[in-house]
Amino acid sequence: MAHDSLLEIKNLMTHFHLHEGIVRAVDGVSFDVRRGQTLGIIGESGCGKSVTVHSILRLVPSPPGNIVDGQILLHRGGNGMDRVAVDLARLDPRGAEIRAIRGAEISMVFQEPMTSFGPMHTIGNQIIETILLHQEGVESSDARDLAIENLRRVGIPRAEQIVDAYPHQLSGGMRQRAMIAMALSCTPRLLIADEPTTALDVTIQAQILELLMALQEEVGMAVIFITHNLGVIAEVADEVAVMYLGRIVEQAGVNELFDNPQHPYTQGLLNSIPHIDEEKLPRLRAIEGVVPDPYEIPSGCAFSDRCPSFKPGTCDRAMPNLDETVSGHLVRCFLYSDVEEGLTEGENGG
Amino acid sequence: MADDNELLLEVNDLRMYFPIQKGILRQTTGYVKAVDGVSLSIKKGETLGLVGESGCGKTTTGRCIVRVYQPTGGEIVFHDEGEIVDINRLTRQELKTFRRNMQMIFQDPFSSLNPRMTVLELVGEPLLAHGIARGQELEDRVAEMVRSVGLRVEHLPRYPHSFSGGQRQRIGIARALVQRPKLVVCDEPVSALDVSVQSQVVNLLQDLQSDLDLTYLFVAHDMSVVRQISNRIAVMYVGKLVEVAESEELLRDPKHPYSETLLSAVPRPNPHHHMQRLNLEGEPADPANAPPGCVFHPRCRYMEDICQTDVPALVELTPGHHVACHFADQLKLQGIDYARSPRA
Ligand SMILES: Nc1ncnc2c1ncn2[C@@H]1O[C@H](COP(=O)(O)OP(=O)(O)OP(=O)(O)O)[C@@H](O)[C@H]1O
Ligand SMILES: Nc1ncnc2c1ncn2[C@@H]1O[C@H](COP(=O)(O)OP(=O)(O)OP(=O)(O)O)[C@@H](O)[C@H]1O
Ligand code: SF4
Ligand code: SF4
Ligand SMILES: [Mg+2]
Ligand SMILES: [Mg+2]
Repeated sequence: MAHDSLLEIKNLMTHFHLHEGIVRAVDGVSFDVRRGQTLGIIGESGCGKSVTVHSILRLVPSPPGNIVDGQILLHRGGNGMDRVAVDLARLDPRGAEIRAIRGAEISMVFQEPMTSFGPMHTIGNQIIETILLHQEGVESSDARDLAIENLRRVGIPRAEQIVDAYPHQLSGGMRQRAMIAMALSCTPRLLIADEPTTALDVTIQAQILELLMALQEEVGMAVIFITHNLGVIAEVADEVAVMYLGRIVEQAGVNELFDNPQHPYTQGLLNSIPHIDEEKLPRLRAIEGVVPDPYEIPSGCAFSDRCPSFKPGTCDRAMPNLDETVSGHLVRCFLYSDVEEGLTEGENGG
Repeated sequence: MADDNELLLEVNDLRMYFPIQKGILRQTTGYVKAVDGVSLSIKKGETLGLVGESGCGKTTTGRCIVRVYQPTGGEIVFHDEGEIVDINRLTRQELKTFRRNMQMIFQDPFSSLNPRMTVLELVGEPLLAHGIARGQELEDRVAEMVRSVGLRVEHLPRYPHSFSGGQRQRIGIARALVQRPKLVVCDEPVSALDVSVQSQVVNLLQDLQSDLDLTYLFVAHDMSVVRQISNRIAVMYVGKLVEVAESEELLRDPKHPYSETLLSAVPRPNPHHHMQRLNLEGEPADPANAPPGCVFHPRCRYMEDICQTDVPALVELTPGHHVACHFADQLKLQGIDYARSPRA
């Protein structure tokens, strides 16, 4: 474990027990989030990105969802003897402890800001409520000033007026900024951003990304950033995890991942997107097929039914482990490890 | 490939004003000028990309062209096998028959399909509704169409909910193309899809275009995708076109300040790329209350006095490159450099 690790997830499994069967939405995910750093998570719709981060904040609806295994360690204190860790996976999802953490130590920006701001209250009142809930000793009169200050910090013009606006009175970009202002109002140590810019225009998206990076530098918080957009990931992330069907299939530093993608799925993703700064290709190089239904995951490697490098007799026999191929670069693929190892250690693959 | 001379569609001075009604008497207090004087033309077999900020009027333009909306003003002229048809002058009955020439593909594959209809019914309905085919012939045509969008005949009795997003978009495409339209308005057809599926659908649209001789108006916000499929790109800002050019030229050598900003905001999937990004200050203009002069002037870094009073016309600066900016011929704007060669 790196000493500057803020959040350490070990073998997290979050499953949904439905009539049709069990959806293994998150099935053995491990990663570290380091202080001040940004971990990007990419992967196709339904691969478990949101369920992973909802598990951290214990927002997974139960029933049908359950954390069935693993640890989510939030480290507190410095690097010395006073360092303690709390396992969020063991907290009562409705208890006081997790509620004190949400919005204060860890806060979240959701994809659709309308869903996270209640429509009936002004933006300001919602931010004030968060501040009063989490910051002891702040008077309501000061909380309003703090709210305005927070709105100003995210670049909202006329913050002293906007503080009294209702969410529907703001444009999408303004709402998303106000959402960020609320998420940052208690100076969290970890900000989780689940597709925070997907619904926005590129010009506004660019502003929000720059804003997030500037604020991150200012307050030194760590960020988990989820997106489909490889361009956005390249810009914001220090470390990138690629998920496929509930598991991490590749993880590396951002430069290493883009320069030297090793998993056939990652390679396929990078090859399939049009690059605006390259000569135009007559056709895009698409990944064949679609993500399988969660009840029909192929045996062996989960990507085997779409993989151009599929090796019969190997890839369909076992799930490859997530192994380190070069320092700091993890890949889950038999092209880089052999099947015997996968067969013996298949159960505890990280 | 696009024949150099043969026009399919000409739009002249298209306007779509939505009334703003207030109070219990629903008095009209103003207009949202969603489309305000758009002129464009599309050649047979060509794809014209249409880009611009949310709310700038792209969808409204598309809807006017396929006549989902009756435009407030302007001309929409369709060249149909030697005949010239002014769509605004058609009678209701004529329009009904003519409509199959123009179809629309929508962004949201989840809400654009009736959940209670099977694939056979969804794709067959337009044929039935227009009395084009029925019975066995209808089934044969539907089956052929469904195969050509990459679905299987076994899918015909199934309902939309049992398909993935990419497959639903294919159903939407089949439904639009089964009537053999000449012009297809694709409104953000891949925006809701995953990266890996996006490229499949873009390829499919390209293949169908050449197989079925289609002409596209392709609306999208992802500039990289628009560039992939479009011969030319039109940039829209608050109800007006501000620049139209051949795609590669627009990318390398944009002539309008708004296009420059738009290009600089495109996220690049390359962590080594550290670009000088041009921030777009302020909020987009309100189409109900557009600023005088150049609509872009409150946010333009090159603004001069004349921009606040005089509306710049869309003029042809060099052959095929149209720009609406008073200083288009003087400004040195930053485009995309093709620093990188294609991936191996
Ligand atoms: N409340 C729920 N009940 C049942 N299944 C669920 C629930 N939430 C998520 N799932 C399932 O868990 C899996 C992972 O979903 P998740 O929302 O994490 O995907 P995602 O990677 O965030 O996708 P997207 O990019 O579409 O947001 C999916 O198969 C999904 O259907
Ligand atoms: N039916 C309508 N009635 C009133 N106003 C409308 C209507 N449809 C669109 N508008 C307004 O017209 C303007 C242009 O909307 P339009 O949907 O064409 O934009 P767009 O460019 O397609 O945006 P987006 O990228 O968000 O899809 C907006 O201000 C919108 O609010
Ligand atoms: S293990 Fe086999 S099927 Fe899976 S990604 Fe690697 S080569 Fe492809
Ligand atoms: S006309 Fe003036 S304000 Fe408008 S884009 Fe050109 S320089 Fe900018
Ligand atoms: Mg999600
Ligand atoms: Mg639209």
